[in-house]
Amino acid sequence: MDIVVCIKQVPEITEVKIDPETRTLIRNGVPSIVNPFDEIAVEEAVRIKERVGATVTVVTMGPPQARDALLKCLAMGADKAVLITDRAFAGADTWATAYTLSQVIKKMSYDVVFCGKQAIDGDTAQVGPELAELLGIPHITYVRKVELHQDLKKVIIHRETDEGYDVVECKLPVLLTAIKGLNEPRLPSLMNILASNRKEIKTITVADIGGDPEQYGLAGSLTQVVEVFTPEPRGKGIKVDGSNPEDAAKQLVQFLFEKNLL
Amino acid sequence: MIKVDLEKCTGCGLCVKACPFGAATLSDKKAVIGDACTLCGACVNICPVEAISIERKRVDVSKLADYKGVWVYAEQADGKLRSVVSELLGKGRTLADKLEEPLSAVLLGNNASELADELVAHGGDKVYLAEHPALERYTTDAYTDVLSGIILRHKPSVVLFGATTNGRDLAPTVAARLQVGLTADCTGLDINDERQLVQTRPAFGGNIMASILTPYTRPQMATVRPNVFKPAKPDSSKKAVVERLKINVDPRAIRTKTVETVKEVPAEAVSVEEADLIVSCGRGLKSPENLELARDLAETLQAAVGGSRPIVDAGWMPHHQQVGQSGKTVSPKLYIACGISGAIQHLVGMRTSDIIVAVNSDPEAPIFNVADFGVVGDLFKIIPALAEEIKRVKSERK
Repeated sequence: MDIVVCIKQVPEITEVKIDPETRTLIRNGVPSIVNPFDEIAVEEAVRIKERVGATVTVVTMGPPQARDALLKCLAMGADKAVLITDRAFAGADTWATAYTLSQVIKKMSYDVVFCGKQAIDGDTAQVGPELAELLGIPHITYVRKVELHQDLKKVIIHRETDEGYDVVECKLPVLLTAIKGLNEPRLPSLMNILASNRKEIKTITVADIGGDPEQYGLAGSLTQVVEVFTPEPRGKGIKVDGSNPEDAAKQLVQFLFEKNLL
Repeated sequence: MIKVDLEKCTGCGLCVKACPFGAATLSDKKAVIGDACTLCGACVNICPVEAISIERKRVDVSKLADYKGVWVYAEQADGKLRSVVSELLGKGRTLADKLEEPLSAVLLGNNASELADELVAHGGDKVYLAEHPALERYTTDAYTDVLSGIILRHKPSVVLFGATTNGRDLAPTVAARLQVGLTADCTGLDINDERQLVQTRPAFGGNIMASILTPYTRPQMATVRPNVFKPAKPDSSKKAVVERLKINVDPRAIRTKTVETVKEVPAEAVSVEEADLIVSCGRGLKSPENLELARDLAETLQAAVGGSRPIVDAGWMPHHQQVGQSGKTVSPKLYIACGISGAIQHLVGMRTSDIIVAVNSDPEAPIFNVADFGVVGDLFKIIPALAEEIKRVKSERK
């Protein structure tokens, strides 16, 4: 069985701060991590490999330093890694990203393609379904449980819905997007971290994929960012000292009463 | 361009049954695709021998003007419209008026026609209705096939989707099928002087906002989270103009099979997305047992209980109660943040609340920058005191 996992290296956004003077992002010193939902996808792929045997290949599109994210996934138990990197890929929107990934993955052998539900920096949740559509395979989003049918030709999935969950069956190949609750990703052992350095990371550039360079990156994007700005702050409110709780509670209730909220 | 590879085609006829628009026929035991074809792709997916392929060309920019009207995807489940639909119709009305083009709702389902009046009352001029037993409940394949086909045939300029679980599944699949741009989780939508849709959304975990255009392709598609826009006041005097669409769905074109639907009743009585009042909890509560303090206050106010990401990650509360960038966006009349510091990822999920109250021991906590009323102090004393005071005031009024 062949499993491909798409991952993204993202900034640890909880560490991102805004410069109060210039109201711009302070990017210096922000650590990069494997997108947490993608880590869950890698973990699930490795667990399937441990249960029934599989080759797990992690794929990422990103700058050269995204290699670090691939190394982490290899240390978690993935077998091979592919780094799609080229300046031509920069500035890709979800369409151009999905298109590029599809051009690489369609030449690979796969039974299951895993993605995280969404990346924590963009939060779009679009690349997974777009990639499945471009590969011409079915997909199931918001996956919180994966069971393989014993013939290894079908998956039985618990898919989270707005009301609960659906149990969904699908023949392979299929693309699945992972949510929290599917599993707890492992921390790689020191041994596995060392061993990951010996695993293969293949680099793919735009020349390797071929095709029209206009299809990739910013040029191939169907959406274009035309302006970026920091959100308007809300007006200053009332702030009271709560060292006398009863007194503070009275003031607050008076405020809520005036606002017609009680 | 749609092509049939006659050498590969076995004449099995699956494409004929799968075509939602009756465009595929068999002639001399080979598939023939006729003029009714909308390039929706249903036959491509069902063909067992990959004999059918579609070559798509990007829309010629000069042809963009052929695309007219604003559409709202009217997501329904169990015979009820999602609340986000009326919010989208409210915003869609403004966009359509600016463009001086009609606003339509597109409704897929089975026996869903009675929802048409509601859609028109909330601002739609017209309802495109596609009914079929196979659309009884949502599947990616059937809904993508049908909606893609309808869009290709009727050429709307804008299509808006609610960013619900299924909306976030359907919109990107349709976008990829049609090879058009899609912008997720917009918090602002407008029309510029060039009659383009300006889509504003949080980026970089909500730290910045980005304005996005879809310059080259039509329709311009966007998703919007529930509670971001306000619905227009319903006007039930308007009469629904319903266009029933002739469609067909072959169950075999649906590659996934839902074998069971499990409803999990949320532990809390009111969901945070629908609540008018929310008491929300953060790390400042220190341990899950202390959530009781917040629950007491919520009960007094008849409010829903929400939480920040750290306490949901720690397992104190289920994910569906999480407020913020990676949880729900809420916009209640009153939001009381207890022991929430106010990381930007939390703020983007609640900053549009009418009134924000914050209780926190740290006077520098960023939550106070958005609070209309902040209390700096020990929440373990202030929250119970507040609950008591509210009870006292309420009993006085009786």
